[in-house]
Amino acid sequence: MPSASRADDALALTAAGLACERGERRLFEGLDFALAAGEALLVVGGNGHGKTSLLRILSGLSLPAAGEVRWRGAPIRAARERYGRAMAYLGHADGLKADLTPLENLRFAAALRGRALDDAAARHALDRVALARCAELPARALSFGQRRRVALAALTLADAALWILDEPLAGLDAQGVGMVQGLLDAHLAAGGLAVVTTHQSLVLDACAPRTLRVGPC
Amino acid sequence: MLSFVCTIVRREILLAARRRGDWLTAQFFFVIVASLFPLGIGAEPETLRAIGPGVVWVAALLAALLSLDRLFADDHRDGALEPLMLAPYPHALLAFGKALAHWIVSGLPLIVIAPVLGLQFDLPPEALLALIASLALGTPILSLLGGIGAALTLGLRGGGVLLALLILPFYVPVLIFGTGAVGGVLAGTGAEANLSLMGALLALTLPLAPWACAQALNVSLE
Repeated sequence: MPSASRADDALALTAAGLACERGERRLFEGLDFALAAGEALLVVGGNGHGKTSLLRILSGLSLPAAGEVRWRGAPIRAARERYGRAMAYLGHADGLKADLTPLENLRFAAALRGRALDDAAARHALDRVALARCAELPARALSFGQRRRVALAALTLADAALWILDEPLAGLDAQGVGMVQGLLDAHLAAGGLAVVTTHQSLVLDACAPRTLRVGPC
Repeated sequence: MLSFVCTIVRREILLAARRRGDWLTAQFFFVIVASLFPLGIGAEPETLRAIGPGVVWVAALLAALLSLDRLFADDHRDGALEPLMLAPYPHALLAFGKALAHWIVSGLPLIVIAPVLGLQFDLPPEALLALIASLALGTPILSLLGGIGAALTLGLRGGGVLLALLILPFYVPVLIFGTGAVGGVLAGTGAEANLSLMGALLALTLPLAPWACAQALNVSLE
């Protein structure tokens, strides 16, 4: 999975002086961090403290009230298309279309990133998340945890250097939690980066994730 | 870039095919609204010919509106809009693809059904041709402009009604030129002038509307 460009030593996500406002309330401010290849950042904080807001800012979905996010030295707004290829975001909602089968969902998710996906690769990815026998069912027939697994399969197919995951463990059983940890380990070992929020404990073999606390200052 | 637009169109058409009920609702709405007028007004051929083009066009506007509020709202609800917005392509292409898909799914069928409805209003063959031509030029404008409204009302409560209030005034030129083209044929002055104006409107909307829609999407998703 790692491509040649990942060897680039400028490969890093940096944030400087990030602030976020929701309505009148300032959720956090003066947030700085830098993340290099093979590193993971664990964003912690209570409910409503701005973890999801931070992840949306990092993904480029919303604008920070102050500060800047840079990818390989370039502001992500300016290099939006390059960043879009390098980054994969998994939000609260899975983004799966209930009327399509997991296979079709994976194929369209890849096509939207400009990648062709053959049937064997899609089935292999579903196999990795233990969903091979649900490949042809409409996604509406799947449980919440199973849909979450399909979204994770799409993540592994995205060929992205940076994963931004909002509560990837929510709704997963013990085996699923182990699977996410395995996927993250493989991703980090291959030189990828990850920014993750979770309320559960995350045990990674590849490296000890750095922790960033967000919350009212 | 072209493949991105194709992917979006293919995706929307596949989704519409899986939810045929939703898709058919707008088409049946078009047929029923246009058919109610001859029943309510009576079978006087002179009157029917006079109101025919207007009725068919107003029904087409309303049918287009009916499916517009789901253009981005469905993807917004299930989180599928986020990967669409984060895809490494300009947002205007996403807006264009969505509008194109909306036109193929809900605009093209109207063009096919409209001549049949025109017969109910005793429109002569030349007028039916003008109706088809005006719908062929006008329905893409409805989808393109409607996309802006759908993006602006995204995530708002009562978005459907707001969308109608917001976008119907912008449909007025399309309605005037569309009915004018058919009316011109009936009056013997020809449809060319109105169809040219409609074509100019389409040429203006085609590059500008996707861009405006992309800006609206960015504002709505902030």
